[in-house]
Amino acid sequence: MSKLTSVSALDELRKDILSRRDPKKTKLSVCSGTGCRAYDSEKVIDSLKSGIKQHGLDDKVDLVTTGCHGFCELGPVMVIYPDGIGYFKIKPDDVDDIITETLSQGKVVDRLLYVDPEGNVITKEHDIPFYKYQNRAVFGSNQSIDPKNIEDYLAIDGYQALATCLSSLSPEEVLETVKKANLRGRGGGGFPAGQKWEATRNAPGDVKYVIVNADEGDPGAYMDRSILEGNPHSVLEGLLIGAYAIGCQKGFIYIRQEYPLAVEHLDRAIEQMRELGLLGENILGTGFNFEISVHRGAGAFVSGESSALMSSIEGKVGEPRPKYIRTSISGVHGRPSDLNNVETWANVPLIINKGVDWFTSIGTEGSKGTKIFSLVGKVNNTGLVEVPMGMKLHDIIFKIGGGLRDGKKFKAVQTGGPSGGVIPEDMLDLPVDFDALNKVGSMMGSGGMIVMDEDTCMVDVAKYFLEFLADESCGKCVPCREGITQMLHILKMICAGEGQPGDLELLEEIAAMTKACSLCALGQSAPNPVLSSLKYFHAEYEAHVNDKCCPAHVCKELITYHIDPAKCKGCGKCLRNCAVGAISGTKKEPHVIDLDKCTKCDTCFMVCPPKFSAVTKLSGNETLPVSES
Amino acid sequence: MSYSLAKVDRIIDHYGADAEALIQILLDIQHEFRWLSRETLLHTADRLGLPMNQLYNVTTFYKHFSLVPQGRHAVSVCVGTACHVRGATRLLDRVAQGFKLSPDETSADEKFSLKTVSCLGCCALGPVMVVDGKYMSNPTSNEIAEIVEECE
Repeated sequence: MSKLTSVSALDELRKDILSRRDPKKTKLSVCSGTGCRAYDSEKVIDSLKSGIKQHGLDDKVDLVTTGCHGFCELGPVMVIYPDGIGYFKIKPDDVDDIITETLSQGKVVDRLLYVDPEGNVITKEHDIPFYKYQNRAVFGSNQSIDPKNIEDYLAIDGYQALATCLSSLSPEEVLETVKKANLRGRGGGGFPAGQKWEATRNAPGDVKYVIVNADEGDPGAYMDRSILEGNPHSVLEGLLIGAYAIGCQKGFIYIRQEYPLAVEHLDRAIEQMRELGLLGENILGTGFNFEISVHRGAGAFVSGESSALMSSIEGKVGEPRPKYIRTSISGVHGRPSDLNNVETWANVPLIINKGVDWFTSIGTEGSKGTKIFSLVGKVNNTGLVEVPMGMKLHDIIFKIGGGLRDGKKFKAVQTGGPSGGVIPEDMLDLPVDFDALNKVGSMMGSGGMIVMDEDTCMVDVAKYFLEFLADESCGKCVPCREGITQMLHILKMICAGEGQPGDLELLEEIAAMTKACSLCALGQSAPNPVLSSLKYFHAEYEAHVNDKCCPAHVCKELITYHIDPAKCKGCGKCLRNCAVGAISGTKKEPHVIDLDKCTKCDTCFMVCPPKFSAVTKLSGNETLPVSES
Repeated sequence: MSYSLAKVDRIIDHYGADAEALIQILLDIQHEFRWLSRETLLHTADRLGLPMNQLYNVTTFYKHFSLVPQGRHAVSVCVGTACHVRGATRLLDRVAQGFKLSPDETSADEKFSLKTVSCLGCCALGPVMVVDGKYMSNPTSNEIAEIVEECE
């Protein structure tokens, strides 16, 4: 590819690419994101490749290996265009049928279609409830492009927004557009991106930087990775537009090294941009110069904080500093630096292409556009979902997510990761909106949405997040370091059945101190999981402290395993699977667990056939149900 | 100069011996050797003109760096939130028992290293264990024992 020296050359290239493509041609879009790879999608793709060749379908079928489609629950996932047929849970053995039936004869392979909980078979991917209620403005392109091929991105109007900005908008106009759109930061805080851009633009100094924060640290969210894996150019285009508006010639991408596929796709995308002259000097002949370097993070949650991240870019330890002077004034090397999250950057080209009115028509008064969530936990349809801001939590969990697994009862949903809080059932009418979530003690965060059922212990969840944060607190400031450690200590005692009267009040007191006095957002938001669960699930804490009972049967020290003699048929499955020989019994007779030997590993509970469900967990004063015989 | 230090030099040269690229250089060295030996650290410090304490500062701050050798087989258990609510703690117990290792520990024969990781993005499989890139959904104690046997 030769370098593009003008905006019209870009248009020409796009026309050329489109002229070589036939929209009516059959296109197989197969997900090769990290989630589907875990289900062996690579093998499926290999067999598809060789099968298509064998059957001489090379000219009739395009195979596109894409990034994440979102419906990770049912991976590997494939969509066949132009009809939009959705196939799920594809095994390498299914490939033959896909080729001989669907590709050769146009017949649908029924067993690979989606079946809803009522048993209805759905042929078209976009008719499936999981997709139907979404608005996939940012994430939708993932399934139409091969992230390793810049031509695919150009074919869907890629870099059109950049060309528009460079050729017909002044930096001030671009800035105004983003401000008017009221694009708020998707990384957690929801700070208006336009305001940040403006502050950096107005800061004194000639050298300024723009940065992509791809240090996705929330241990239950993976949308940033999926955007970078599936559509890296959308983020890079946004970054270039931001750089133009702010007046920067250099950008950084800070990405976790735990995301090797995203790093690979990003590196490749940057290389292709350079070949086309979309990076370097005099981009598209407009006089705009820009360079990018990729910085891999080495594993530290706190390094996702802006000042810590910038210090890490300089090759130092990623600890936050007090921000009396904002990073938009003094960031990397003391230069004004604008930092935005992956999803925020990916929204920018859309705002330029489709306009402010389009963007502001989606969402609520204070939160515009869409937001991607990772809908995970005890919900039927796990995966990445993109919804308009303002959608009710209930609709996301029950309409898109298909409700709870195994007919269990909903208990709570956790949003915002370690900085967020739990939201109980009676608040499910709440819209997803930056301000509405803050009001109830949670937050949007980067978009983790973990659904919990009756078998989830809220005290344990609070303890889980504090364990994570205790590990990740950098220890620089005392309130965070000691506050989290002491709260965790109390929670550990409570979960072990050694809770004392007054513990809950003490938790609240330490939480308030940690919130008020910590240096950075990690500590300031660390008490949220504790405070919100204390507020909405106080009785559960009391049961742990006063009755030494874990009502959800999670806290190991508070439960014991038993076999209900009325239900046990003596099949021996638990006996064979017990790693410590704690189960005894003769065949076809009820078995017994020796509590002195039992390590509570949960294996017997897992392997007991559901038709018997004889293994029971008891806590506190609970006893086995009295047998009928 | 030893063979391994020549490799280290190549990595450092790739980044133009830029002290600011310290973390990137250490990541590549770690990737190459699976750990950071004192010898390589001293050499890197020397080449970049940095005090050794800055290297220790960085290598002990970031989780990915290891100052002890890592096992030939990487065993990880996802302890992300979604896996946690689906029973990752119990899975970790079983894995630790099966491999006779605590989290972040490497066996004496350098065969296995056990690590916990946060969210691998295959939450539908949760709780998940990964051995040498192969994903397994909530294996039982017996299944774990089989995996231990299979690894050479």
